[in-house]
Amino acid sequence: MSERNPAGEIRLHRFHGGLRLRHNKQVACRYPLERLPVPEQLIVPLLQHRGAPARCVVEPGQSVLRGQLLGDLPDAAGRGARVHAPTSGTVRAIETRAMAHLTGQAGPCVIIEADGEDRCAPAEGIADALNAAPAILRERLRETGVVGLGGAVFPTYNKVQGTVRDGVQGDGSIHTLILNGAECEPYIACDEMLMREQADRVLMGAELLRRAVGAQRVLIAIEDPMNRVEGALRDAAVPPGAVPAEIVLVPAIYPEGGERQLVQTLTGREVPEGGTPRDLGLLVQNVATAAAARDAILDGQPLIERIVTVTGNGVRDPRTVIARIGTPVARLIEAAGGYTDDVARLVVGGPMMGYALGNDGEPVVKATNCLLALSTDDVRPTQPEMPCIRCGDCATACPAQLLPQSLLFHARARQWDETEALGVNACIECGCCDFVCPSHIPLASWFRYAKGEVQARHRERAVAEAARERFEAREARLARAKAEKAERLARRKQKLKDDADRKQQIAAALARARNKAGSAGTDG
Amino acid sequence: MLTPLLLFTGLALALGVGLGWAAKRFRVESDPVVDQIDALLPQTQCGQCNYPGCRPYAEAIAADEADINQCPPGGEAGVRALADLLGREPKPLNPENGEDTGPTVVRIDESRCIGCTLCIQACPVDAILGAPKLMHTVIEASCTGCDLCIPPCPVDCIDIVPPTPRFDDWRPGIPLRVVAS
Repeated sequence: MSERNPAGEIRLHRFHGGLRLRHNKQVACRYPLERLPVPEQLIVPLLQHRGAPARCVVEPGQSVLRGQLLGDLPDAAGRGARVHAPTSGTVRAIETRAMAHLTGQAGPCVIIEADGEDRCAPAEGIADALNAAPAILRERLRETGVVGLGGAVFPTYNKVQGTVRDGVQGDGSIHTLILNGAECEPYIACDEMLMREQADRVLMGAELLRRAVGAQRVLIAIEDPMNRVEGALRDAAVPPGAVPAEIVLVPAIYPEGGERQLVQTLTGREVPEGGTPRDLGLLVQNVATAAAARDAILDGQPLIERIVTVTGNGVRDPRTVIARIGTPVARLIEAAGGYTDDVARLVVGGPMMGYALGNDGEPVVKATNCLLALSTDDVRPTQPEMPCIRCGDCATACPAQLLPQSLLFHARARQWDETEALGVNACIECGCCDFVCPSHIPLASWFRYAKGEVQARHRERAVAEAARERFEAREARLARAKAEKAERLARRKQKLKDDADRKQQIAAALARARNKAGSAGTDG
Repeated sequence: MLTPLLLFTGLALALGVGLGWAAKRFRVESDPVVDQIDALLPQTQCGQCNYPGCRPYAEAIAADEADINQCPPGGEAGVRALADLLGREPKPLNPENGEDTGPTVVRIDESRCIGCTLCIQACPVDAILGAPKLMHTVIEASCTGCDLCIPPCPVDCIDIVPPTPRFDDWRPGIPLRVVAS
């Protein structure tokens, strides 16, 4: 698949566009990982993943144990992920609250009052997991609510399930598992810290995921400035019988950690538009997802905590911590020394793709990889937007090879068919075009808006199509009922007619017989 | 002189027969223009256009019997799309057909419902569930907001309401424009 140079290293390729950004990661890597204490109250949203919200299975007043199921899959076939209790305690309420979602919407959350004992629900790992059937491993990922921790929070079970059909290991559709440790956004360092300190977990998770999808080889991609990570991964214990993972250093050109960009860097091939890396026989998973998969399979532990980087010039003592899902964001800020005096904005995610959080009472969720507190100096004074001068810098920088200028004009004119034809759905909202635009046009925001409108139109069309089908089915049913009724009537009429005919015939026969008898009587 | 004349007459006859055969052999049952128009209509099946459903209205437009501005649920955007497709000038909605009220659905007040099934018979998309003398209810996901169930209801227990907002209906807004102060 991948080409190699004479030294046996994988030949790397360059994707289109991208930016070289200042890293700003080391500031959050100065202390070892530290597990935060469990807060008294946790807010656990039932929607922390891509797909439908989980169906709540607990009631207010019920006591729960750590790892106990709070939200189940909405339906057997549906996309989604289970949600579990991050600690033991009492369910105080199930209510609608802000849930640190990208859209800023409120949604159903389970509020848990912790009892401080942190008692664990009975959990059992899969015995001899390295020799277990892939279907068992995958099922475990579903049960434990593991989702992609790189940012997209796509349920891991849904992602791996499409690969091996009917539980047959290695049907050849996936040959390579790529572990994505190339954390490309500035400031974010949670994957870097994970690989530095818990490389064993990552390697074990990689081997288990490899077996779950039936891949033959494993690549771990890390950024080239991550020297200590490389050493840690090489020193880590390789699970017995595992295929050794190949560690590849990829150049730090934002957004090289994007799924499509990483595949192109490693293989030189592009994921087709609207397709997934599976079309090329690849599966890309984040390193933290692999570590979570290891805990789920070997220990039976659901996804109830994650590593979060708390950083930026707006906090006094940046660091990377392990926090339970549902911990209020304010607790993490406290752990990082609190806000500085000139804090200006709190962002979830990195400076390129993150979104501002309105309130630090909102919880840490499965998607929260970084809390970035920006100071007034960091927040670039918002410059007035100038007209586009058609310099083309945005097209040069776009890693999706789109034409941001043309897209912008059509999006402003609300010509959704045209924006769709120009491939707005392929936009990964990385923000490179924004960054380079000399006229300070918020291009990525426009494309996010256009994508929302295009998708809303698709949904409307799907609804109309369903209504048409129901209408046609009803018309067909009514027509059939009418035809059946007409037929029944006709048959009845025919029967009446037949009856009348028969009566006549009988009467005629009787008359004949009577005549005959009468004539015989006169004869005799 | 005679040869070309015969040649072309013969050619014309042969092609004519060929075309006539092809027209019979490859006849398309439904009119593709009707399908295209139907695909642009909102499929509420509400009958506000004075035709019994979206498809009959599409057929009427294709046959030039109806104008393109008779569909209130489609709104101005719908009229524009039809005008684009048919190469005509867009025009404002005909007020005689009603107004574009935006998306709505109906809801049955279950305490007042007497279970007469009249609304079930009126619903063009089978979006009402119930049985005689038992309570009826509207399947909101399938309701097109055509309001055809309202006139037959003898106890006036059906209300027009905005649809329940769904989590994934959220869309990013238009970016703010920062202007020089």
